[in-house]
Formats: sequence, structure tokens, C-alpha cells
Amino acid sequence: MSDTVAVAEHAAHGQHEEPSFLRKYIFSLDHKMIGRQFLFMGLFMILIGGLLAMLVRWELAWPETAVPGLKFIPEPYMYDGVIPPQTYNALFTMHATIMIFFVVMPIMVGTFGNFLIPLMIGTGDMAFPKLNMLSFWIGAVATTVMLSSFFVPGGPAAGGWTSYAPLSARPQYTGVDLGQDLWIISLMILGVSSLMGSINYITTIVNMRAPGMTYFRMPLTVWSLFITAVLLLLALPVLTAALAMLLFDRVAGTSFFLPEGGGEPLLWQHMFWFFGHPEVYILVLPAMGVTSDILSTFSRKPIFGYHAMAFSMIAIAFLSWIVWGHHMFVSGMNPLLGTAFMMTTMVIAVPSAIKVFNWLGTLWGGTIRFTSPMLFALGFVSNFLIGGLSGIFMASTPVDIYIHDTYYIVAHFHYVVAGIIFALFAAVYYWFPKMFGRTMNEGMAKLHFVLTYIFFNGAFFPMHFLGVAGHMRRIYNPTQYEFLLPMQHWNVFITISALLLGASQFFFLFNFVWSLCAGKKAERNPWQANTLEWSAPSPPPHGNFEVQPVVYRGPYEYSSPEVKEDWLPQDRNLGPAAAARAH
Amino acid sequence: MLQWLPEDVSTFGQDIDSLFYLIYYITAVTFILVTVVMLVFLIKYRDQGGRRATYSHGNTTLEIIWTIIPATILIVLAFMSASTWARVKRFIPATDFEIGVTAKQFNWEISYPGPDGKIGTDDDVKFDNDVHVPVNKPIRLHITSRDVIHSFFIPNMRFKQDAVPGRQIGAWFQATKTGKYEMPCAELCGFGHSGMKGWLFVQTPEEYKKWADENLAPQPQ
Repeated sequence: MSDTVAVAEHAAHGQHEEPSFLRKYIFSLDHKMIGRQFLFMGLFMILIGGLLAMLVRWELAWPETAVPGLKFIPEPYMYDGVIPPQTYNALFTMHATIMIFFVVMPIMVGTFGNFLIPLMIGTGDMAFPKLNMLSFWIGAVATTVMLSSFFVPGGPAAGGWTSYAPLSARPQYTGVDLGQDLWIISLMILGVSSLMGSINYITTIVNMRAPGMTYFRMPLTVWSLFITAVLLLLALPVLTAALAMLLFDRVAGTSFFLPEGGGEPLLWQHMFWFFGHPEVYILVLPAMGVTSDILSTFSRKPIFGYHAMAFSMIAIAFLSWIVWGHHMFVSGMNPLLGTAFMMTTMVIAVPSAIKVFNWLGTLWGGTIRFTSPMLFALGFVSNFLIGGLSGIFMASTPVDIYIHDTYYIVAHFHYVVAGIIFALFAAVYYWFPKMFGRTMNEGMAKLHFVLTYIFFNGAFFPMHFLGVAGHMRRIYNPTQYEFLLPMQHWNVFITISALLLGASQFFFLFNFVWSLCAGKKAERNPWQANTLEWSAPSPPPHGNFEVQPVVYRGPYEYSSPEVKEDWLPQDRNLGPAAAARAH
Repeated sequence: MLQWLPEDVSTFGQDIDSLFYLIYYITAVTFILVTVVMLVFLIKYRDQGGRRATYSHGNTTLEIIWTIIPATILIVLAFMSASTWARVKRFIPATDFEIGVTAKQFNWEISYPGPDGKIGTDDDVKFDNDVHVPVNKPIRLHITSRDVIHSFFIPNMRFKQDAVPGRQIGAWFQATKTGKYEMPCAELCGFGHSGMKGWLFVQTPEEYKKWADENLAPQPQ
């Protein structure tokens, strides 16, 4: 922005020497390159996680038949293309592990946290660039360890992503030895990577905001990443401790979770879910933040109830620490505790409801532009609505007795967690011009949205029906159960939808790679948005801003009466009179 | 959607199902309302050029309303659920009919009292996977596991309880209809998890007595 006033000297970041190839692309200290590295790693892993899901779906629709094209996989992992039960258990375990820890976390937190935080708060880089680089490379080590577990004797972990003890605590219960150990070690390493990232995010946001960028002028994306970083910092050590105990039980002869040695299996569940429930919000909060920014931008309207949006995320973060027991209603935990956890769980639905209503309020009276990021953001709202509402069923303890560990749960968490993929795509389409300096093909992006939305719902909505019929999770062959036989056609329907959902992602992959190489050069502010990253060049150079931006107002001043056009960047100076009226 | 619920044959199943239906109606109405409002907004407020968006930062009254209404509904639901939950899980009715369920990879081991009339003793009579019980009688279960965590699930009975090694978990049900009902394991327990199941035979008192006379040790009178 030419009319941006430079208050601070820009000298510190101005004169960088051209870094070597290794420093620029591999061991980069630039938050934007680290963000891109997380993106490429996450997109690579989503391919693997997605393919595993396709195999799971094949088995459920056409149990114990050969998967086309997989005859080459040797026994005992496959038998002439037929998936055996042991492999099936490994498939869904690794699908969930990869999607949660190696796709949604690296992309939503790693990519957008790294790329957006310094740009959106108006600073040159993260507080600790070296720690940032380490965070990525330690994450890459964790990824390598996790992937290597596919190739060890006995195959990868097969005890579910929840790895309930004692199943996961003694090799003879699953038949998986080294694979489970590598699973534990990989997640412990990943925990270190996430801790480094979260410390960096918190320090950067607290200390390095541009002049005028008060906490309540921060975009909700930054708020969401800030709260997520705090949750990560507090939750991950609990997982790491639990994983260490599990590893000791497996290799050092301890009995933390083994009753025969005086241990307690439910202790694992308490520790795992004490981490695991905040983890769900770690995954979904950045999606909520991104959605808020995109809805406001393309409604050309201020976000409805900015403070309520920020405080509801803070409320969710606090409440997320006291709801973990709702995963354990039928675990044998004292039923009185179940009642207490039901109360807290019902309460946490309230801030989630506020968010949905405020998103609706943002649309009200807007001039809505149906760009591809907007469509995906609306898709996220629609999925989150379904996932949020279905959560009320399992919050009710008596109803949960019946639907616990059924496909009702599978439907619920896919609408919430797999629904995040819509916010993920929205964010990629929205910030792609800033990240790579090129524009993605809008027509193909819209086609990608339509197909993804249809097949996503085709794949996940009928899972509610299966759940109502009592279809258990994690079973290998539904036709072994007489009471499920009448529902088998839904499994076929879901699988066909899932295969088409997978195939539709080709349009994203193609568009992404093609635009990366040959997309139209992007302007500085293609969406006419207000937040600071759009004041930097596309892509921003090392150091980000030509002059230190100064912030005069909140991030959502769209259609403000102060100016003729319908956007008003945070860093445009309209003089002291306007500043006095500013939000 | 709820027509796919398996037939309920337990005394407390009705309470669970009515909560299920209540939440279903509440969420369905909410879903339709929100979706319709969203679609109307998307059509009505689409950018057609020439109009400027309303410059509004929110409405505190509206926000208070849409905080209080869901909060009230959710709290009421929680209290309604709490009483049913207590009935199902906390207060086990007095009964003289007790059986043991010991899960192991990949079977339900069912034990009936032997001549001493107690379960958990050496003279217990054991069966794999089949449970026979009389109709209209509270059945007390002692559930445990020998190896990993399993979950004893009887869909028609709206019954589910994890079986945890090292713990004896008390539970109960009372069948209201005779018949043969499937009892799958609902918690991942290893490569044989799928297919780990048994059958529950709910019989008339006469049929049950006949089966018991043939299969169980004589009970002390």
C-alpha cells in the first residue's frame, strides 16, 4: 500500500543477502518457506491417508474380496489382493493417525500458523526462526518414522489410533511388535515438533504485533492459532507422558496399564483423552478462525460479533479440559462421573452454537461473492453444523450407551474432523496467491467444491444410518452379523461415494500443481481483503513488508462508510478523526 | 432415520429410545432452520452489483438470545438424561439371577452358578458365547475380561458395557420379549474382533427351566 505510513525503521529486515539453495529451500529460516514445507508434507500424507481409507471402504462394502490391482502385495499383508483382518486393523489405525497427526495438524497449524501469523500481525518473521526450522525437520523425522513402520515385520500399529491398553501394551495381543513401538516413538517425536511450534506462535503473537495491532484487532485466524498453540503446549506433554508409559510397558516390563502387574487399563484412557479432547479443538479451532475471515471477506461485511467469536473460542479452549470423560461413558468409569462429564459436554456445545449463529449473522445483509474459498468455507459451516448437532446424541449418556463405538460416532467425528478439509481447501484457495504469487484456476476450484461437497455427504451422512442400526466401528466384515445384513447396501453406497470423493481430489491436485508452475501471476490483494498479509507483495519477500505496517483498525471493516470502496485495509491511515471513530 | 433402530426388548430401552427420538427431533428442527436461513441469506444477499453490504458489527440482544436458548435446551436435556442414566447404570435392581461374562480373545465366556449357588467359584457352569435367560426377570451381570478390553453389546437390549481386565463391573438388563438376539463385541480387541459374538436366548420361564434342568447343575432350593 503506497499510502501506508512507515513509523518503524525497516532497516532490520531490509538488506538480506541472497541465501544459498540449501538455506532457501531446505533448511530455511523463513516462516513462509517453512509454512510451504509443512503444506507439501501434509498434502503428500493426505494421499497416503486417503488411499488407506479407500482400502478400508473396499473391505466394508465387498468384504473379503480382492482389491483390484493389489495382488502384488505379499503375504501375510494381503492374500492375492484380499485384505486379512490383521491388515484391516492396521489400515484404519494408520488412516486415523496420519489424517490427524500428519495431515490436519501440519496443514492447519503448521502451514497456516507459520505462514499467516507473522504476516497477519505485521512482522518480519517468527520470534525464533531456528526453532521454527527445527520444528519442521523434527516433524519430518516423525513422519519418516511413522511411514517406516509400514515396512517392518508384523506391519504397522493395529490397535486403533486410540491405542487402548492392554491391547496396545503387549505385542501378543495384536501380533504387532516393532510397528507399535515405532508408532509410539513417532508420536513422541512429533510432540517435540509441535511444542516448538506452539512456543514460537505464542511468543510471536504476544511480542511482535505491529504498532496498533491490539489483541482485539487481530484477525480471528490469529486468535484461533493463538488459542490452539496454548492448547498444544498444555495437552501434548500429557500424551507424551502416556506414550512413554506405554512404551515402558511394552519394552521395559513395567505395568502402568497392565492389571496383571497391578496396573490400570483405564489410566491410559484418562490420559489419552485428557490430551485427546483438547486435540479435537486443536484441529478444529484454526478451521473456525479461517472460516470466519473468509466469510467476512466475501460477504463484504464485518464479522458478526467479533468479541463473541473470540471469547467463544477461549471458552471452548477452557471447557475442552473438562469433557474428556465423555469418551468413557461405558468404559467402567464410575457412572456418577459420567453424569458430571455429560453436563460439561452439554455446556461446550453452547460456544460452538454461538459460532454457527454468528457466521449466519455475518452472511445477513452482505453482498456475497461466491468464490471458491467462500464455497469451501460455507461447506465447512454446513458440515460443522451436522457434526455439532450429532454430538448432542452422544453427549447424552443413555443414548451413548447404544451409539458408543458404532458408526454414529464415526459419522460424527468425520463431519467435524474430516469436515476440516473444507476449511483447509478454503484456506489453500484463499491464500495460494499470497503463498506462491500465482492464481489457481477458479473454474476448476468450483468444480472441485461441488464434487467434494456431494461425495463427502454421500460418504459420511449414511454412516448415521448404520450407527442407528447398531453397526460397530472397526469391524472387518459386517456380513458376519445377522442384524447388520439388511444395512449392507449402505456400506456399498458409502464406499462408492468415498471412492468418488477420492477421485474428485484429482481436480485439486491438478489445479494445485499446474497453478504452481503456470498459474496467472497474482496481484497483491486479489480478494480486496483488509488484513495485513494483503499489504505485502505476492509472494512476500524475506522480511515480508516493504515498510513496517501500522494498524489503525480491526480486520473486518468491509463496506465501511469511511471510504468509497467496500474494503478498508487495517493499515490505511485515514487521519486522526477516523482513528477516533475506529473499531 | 430412526426406523433402523433394532427392536427394543428391554425394560429400560424405551427410556433410552425416547431420549434418542427427542434429541433427533430437536437437532432435525435446528438443522433445517439453520440450513434454510443460510440458503435464504445466500440467495437474497448474493452480490448482484449496485448494493452495498450492511455495515454492522453485530447485535448484542440477538447474541444473548441465541446463547440462552441452546444453553437452556442442552441443560434440560442433560437433566433428563441424568435420571435415565442413573436408572440404567447406577441402580441395579435386586435379583437372584446372576451370571458372569468373562471376555477373552475372541469369545464371551458365560458362567452360571454351580451347586453352591454363587458365581465366580470353581463349580461354575461355563458356556462359550451363548446366554440363556428367562423373560421378565432382572438379570445381574458380572463383566470382566481375561486379556484386553472388550465391550459387551446387545443392540436389542440397548445394553453396552466394556469388559475391562482387572475389574468386575456390575450391570443388568431385563428382557421383555422372548427371542434370539445377537451379542457382538463393540470394542476393538485384536485381529479376531470382527466376528466375536454370541447369542442371547430369552425364553419363557418354562422353556428356561427346561434348558436349565438339562444344562445347569441342580440349584439349591
